[in-house]
Amino acid sequence: MNLKVHWYYYAAPSTFYRLAGRAIPWFAVAAAILGVIGLYISFFVAPTDFQQGEAYRVIFIHVPAAWMSMFLYVVMAFWAAVGLAFNTRLSSMMASAIAPTGALMPFLALWTGSLWGKPMWGTWWVWDARLTSELILLFLYIGFMALQAAIDDPRRADKAGAVIALVGVINVPIIYFSVQWWNTLHQGASVSLTSSPSMAKTMLLGMLIMALAFWMYSIAAAFARCRAIILERERTSDWVKALKEGE
Amino acid sequence: MMHWASVGDFFAMGGYAFYVWGSYAVTAVAIAIEIAVLVKRGRRARAQISHG
Repeated sequence: MNLKVHWYYYAAPSTFYRLAGRAIPWFAVAAAILGVIGLYISFFVAPTDFQQGEAYRVIFIHVPAAWMSMFLYVVMAFWAAVGLAFNTRLSSMMASAIAPTGALMPFLALWTGSLWGKPMWGTWWVWDARLTSELILLFLYIGFMALQAAIDDPRRADKAGAVIALVGVINVPIIYFSVQWWNTLHQGASVSLTSSPSMAKTMLLGMLIMALAFWMYSIAAAFARCRAIILERERTSDWVKALKEGE
Repeated sequence: MMHWASVGDFFAMGGYAFYVWGSYAVTAVAIAIEIAVLVKRGRRARAQISHG
């Protein structure tokens, strides 16, 4: 029996194009269903916070967006690195496909954090370690996209982007541990792997379900963008020309 | 489990309506824009395939 995994088969843009096309509706539906359940819990099940009143309900998008901003960056950098190391063009296309959705996440985390900070801290913004490192993450995503957009040759753009993506990875643990390493205004983690969550169970549940919804959405969006990138780059190849209507 | 006295109470968000709805509205708009851009890009990419 041949147990060898056909990596190169799955690394072919033509294979991925069809697989992603079939997978996207499932991820999109999962995102929508989880989003509806998550929003219901966020607004109708989770209790009012005894300190923050209703203002805390911002966290149901703030925390998932902040988690995804870091997670997507690591995934983007991983695929960029694979593309750089093995010269697999699909990996690099995947990294480029993740970047815009990735950039959306720190933007939303900062936006919602700002709207929460105003009534709770009395300020829209402070140059605090957590906030500043998250802003740098947003700039890293934008820098990655701007650099790739500035280079005409896609393969050279992939390589240059991979370098900036990899250098920027150092920022992810800085964001994560910033609340421990520095004396920051931002509160510590409400959810951690080592201790039990310091929040009501239904609040935590709402946050986790919203995080899953964001995750599923990000996969659907990145796959859809990757399909477009594949077509844009492989326009002249035979398999693209042979594509049928609606494929 | 319902802790809102009325629909108005729900939209008032305990006095934090601007901050809570401002967060959710911008998130919804951002996602809607991304989906629209993605659909457009996909259509354009397909339209540019030279069949032949």
